[in-house]
Amino acid sequence: MSVPLTLLGLLEREPSHGYDLKRDYDAYFGRGKPLRYSQVYATLTRLARDGKAIAGRAEQGAGPERRRYVITDAGIADVERWLSEPAPPEPDLQSELFAKVVLALLLDRPAGRYLDLQRAAHLQRMRELTELKRHDDPLDVLLADHAVYRLEADLRWIDHTAARLDLLAPAVRR
Amino acid sequence: MSDSTPAAAAGQAVSQAVPASPPEKIVEARRLVKSFGQTSALRGASLGVRPGEILAVMGPSGSGKSTLLHCLAGILTPEEGEVWFGGQRLDTLSDDRRSELRRDRFGFVFQSGQLVPELTAQENVALPLLLAGTRRGPAMTEARKWFATLGLDGLEQRRSGELSGGQAQRVALARGLVAGPEVLFADEPTGSLDSVSSELVMNLLTAAAREHGTTVVLVTHEARIAAYADREVIVRDGTVSTLTGAQP
Repeated sequence: MSVPLTLLGLLEREPSHGYDLKRDYDAYFGRGKPLRYSQVYATLTRLARDGKAIAGRAEQGAGPERRRYVITDAGIADVERWLSEPAPPEPDLQSELFAKVVLALLLDRPAGRYLDLQRAAHLQRMRELTELKRHDDPLDVLLADHAVYRLEADLRWIDHTAARLDLLAPAVRR
Repeated sequence: MSDSTPAAAAGQAVSQAVPASPPEKIVEARRLVKSFGQTSALRGASLGVRPGEILAVMGPSGSGKSTLLHCLAGILTPEEGEVWFGGQRLDTLSDDRRSELRRDRFGFVFQSGQLVPELTAQENVALPLLLAGTRRGPAMTEARKWFATLGLDGLEQRRSGELSGGQAQRVALARGLVAGPEVLFADEPTGSLDSVSSELVMNLLTAAAREHGTTVVLVTHEARIAAYADREVIVRDGTVSTLTGAQP
């Protein structure tokens, strides 16, 4: 999963401090693996350098220096592109699928369309693996089967999620 | 919709005189609408299948995918829209004419084989030929050939109660293919089978279809089964999703 694009997606909702972005990232996507502050600020600095976000002036307060970040049009375009592209269908994709669906719902982007594109990409990969099984040796077939069943698990999740988007949207935007 | 009205007969005559279905599609549904009482099953479903193509029709339970297959196969007639087969309008044909088409040019495989329990496996396979008027001897000989092809040697005289689920489904597949149909309609053909038997049936189905150039319309809710097809479409709320290339 791309941390920079995920932070950029969270930033698209409203101008935010690094602290807010870290808090929201951890709540939605951290799942026991919170981002380090240093990683958040390093990422935001890179995004600002690359023209994807603009850093506001430093705000003095009791704690450490705080800056508010604002996403740019180029940053929004990156988020848009990322959310509309299916990820390469490989095992262990769950975090990226999850992040894209949650962000699409948060940003009121077409999550159903993303899921359809991802389903098509998964099915195409399953077709390739099924074709492979016709020719190759038993060990290759065994490996292909493993990949097919894992893709199938993703597809079940995709179908299940697609059927519940109306219910999920308000829950995600709570 | 009644099939025996003068209007239907006129429609039939016109459709035969001016075939309008593009030749690259052997089967086509155009904006089908079909309801069962208050329940709307199809709401403008469109779909085209190329000759020799194996197409998977996917979708959740109740999405309308089986209704779509039944309309394409002339088992049901839509209230609105058109069904074309080989350049011929199918939905306006009479019941008798559609029955003939189903018998002579289509094959069917359903979820639970639906073999005739009183007949032997070989007689079950020969049934479409016998119904089409082939004499018993040649029909049984032709049926016999499929037992070797589908790994069913030695099971010819068994009745359906004496076959495993996978064997019964392979007999059903042989019955669906024995008359050399142009299109095989398969509705969840592996729905009642375990994964190993499912794989065997799908390998045999796709190999036989490709060898004989048979077009296959395969309804399934399982991605692993759909992966045997050349292409898939998704039926959702009675319409066919265009995101996965529904229009060939």
